[in-house]
Amino acid sequence: MTSGQRRLSAAAMAALAVAFAAGCGGSPSTGSEGTSSAAPAEGSALTGEVKVDGSSTVAPLTQAASELFGEEQAQVKVPVATSGTGGGFEKFCNGETDISNASRPIKDEEKAICDTKGIKFSELTVATDALTVVVPKENTWATCLTTDQLKKMWEPAAEGKVKTWKDVDAKFPAEELKLYGPGTDSGTFDYFTDEINGEEGASRKDYSPSENDNDIVTGVQGAKGGLGYFGFTYFEENADKLTAVQIDSGKGCVSPSVETAQDGTYAPLSRALFLYPSAASLKRPEVAAFLDYYVANINAIAKDAKYIPLNPEQEAKLKSDLTSLKSQAG
Amino acid sequence: MSVLSTPRSAVRLASKGTPLREHVFRIALLSSLVIALGFLLMLLIYVLEEGWPRIDATLWENMPSIRRPETAGIQSGIIGTLWIIGLTALMALPTGVLAAIYLEEYADRTKWYNRVIELNISNLAAVPSIVYGILGLGIIARWLDFGFTVMTGAITISLLVLPIVIISAREAIRAVPPSIREGSLALGATQWQTIYRQVLPSAVPGIATGSILALSRAIGEAAPFLMLGAATLVRFNPEGVWSSFTVLPLQIYSFISQSREEFHILASAAIVVLLAILLLMNSVAIWLRNRYQKRW
Repeated sequence: MTSGQRRLSAAAMAALAVAFAAGCGGSPSTGSEGTSSAAPAEGSALTGEVKVDGSSTVAPLTQAASELFGEEQAQVKVPVATSGTGGGFEKFCNGETDISNASRPIKDEEKAICDTKGIKFSELTVATDALTVVVPKENTWATCLTTDQLKKMWEPAAEGKVKTWKDVDAKFPAEELKLYGPGTDSGTFDYFTDEINGEEGASRKDYSPSENDNDIVTGVQGAKGGLGYFGFTYFEENADKLTAVQIDSGKGCVSPSVETAQDGTYAPLSRALFLYPSAASLKRPEVAAFLDYYVANINAIAKDAKYIPLNPEQEAKLKSDLTSLKSQAG
Repeated sequence: MSVLSTPRSAVRLASKGTPLREHVFRIALLSSLVIALGFLLMLLIYVLEEGWPRIDATLWENMPSIRRPETAGIQSGIIGTLWIIGLTALMALPTGVLAAIYLEEYADRTKWYNRVIELNISNLAAVPSIVYGILGLGIIARWLDFGFTVMTGAITISLLVLPIVIISAREAIRAVPPSIREGSLALGATQWQTIYRQVLPSAVPGIATGSILALSRAIGEAAPFLMLGAATLVRFNPEGVWSSFTVLPLQIYSFISQSREEFHILASAAIVVLLAILLLMNSVAIWLRNRYQKRW
């Protein structure tokens, strides 16, 4: 903040205070819930702000971390925004955020933008997700789908041609196929199209896209021939309304679950969720403290936010990744 | 004279027209009103019913929480919204009213550039709010380097409501009878004195009503803030204009996209709060109009 900004800010605040006093009578309290009683943990109390943006799939995990961290360091603010993985990287590579949430690894072209802006970063795997393909409870025929069948439904060539379940496989009934999925800004969409259709972003366009996973739940639930996909957490919350399809990638049918996602047998739709901290931001004590806390308590946070925790090897790797990262940053 | 002639002509009209047509017309008018109000009432009943369990003190005492949706509040959203609207009022209202005075009292309408300005203000009022979000992101947040702060949000929203403020202030100023201006000028007042002592005080109710309605529209905006990348989970109130923030519509948006049912109830409760703030602002507008209205 420049001194000019600060002066402007003081003037505006004074004026605003007058407007408030006249406008609403009650004074806006600045106290925050539950944090005043908790004394700062041992060590000095830090201040400052850790800006996080990115994937809405990862956001609840970081938000839970932000809340738990707030109980130890009440003065550090961690606002979490949800611009999507791509939107998050755009801001991150512009130096506007400290940490970017991502549900897919950074793309080469995004990396190139970060490079030209001089933003150095590293990649941390913080949780696992099982992309879950769902059908309504009335669907009795599709208990297990092969990746080829999924491709037949979702590939760009299917547009306007694959209209019923019978078009996917002759054994299925001639029920109308209604597809629901996330929009093109989503990392989930990128990951699914890459794994199933063989090319990132390549998908038929005549499906109902929504950034709000609840719309996918409602849509699939309401159509007998409906099918959609989203993160495992969302399925768990709606397990009473929807059935998760088993996925067969050539090694037999596997249901999405905590275990199959952790050991990687739920292929190819189990994926890692990432955190991209900026190297420059890590030099700030509040960012380092937040990341330390996040990584040290990673599986407790994941459980709390109902994510699939890392397996022991992944957890050990995450911790060593952070240690080496901090030694590099100095 | 006009008082006398109105009822007589009305009676004549009623006796001439076919009663059926009269009825149809009246029913058409009434049903339009019922449709407009009916939907609002349905929305109100729906959100009140769904949000009722959460409309209590925890709603404005607590901060939003992803971990405890059953006790999560929306304090940071309420305070953030008040900051944005307060700052917007400070920036947009004086600018808008001054611009309206220029256009109504000083601008020479025979000059082409004044007509271009007028046309563009009307056009600006119809620009979708997300476009202002892009403008705010590109120019205010990045180019001016204000970042994603209360200031950036308030400037963006000011630009969004400015055309509406200008248009409504112009209407109010135009409604002041020319005889008032002419009388003032004839008594030797300068143009500035006429505007300051006669025109403006007479136009205050109209300006205030229009401005508050413009600000009410701004309160419900989520699109420009989404574009500006305002955070959806903010567990602190803004401490100044350079602080991060969130606003109520954004919080509602993020609650709705959560999977847990408690968040949907919370979203409804937050919508009730937003509607209450809107209603309060509109009542102030009506009160102002009635309090200061002058009849010529």
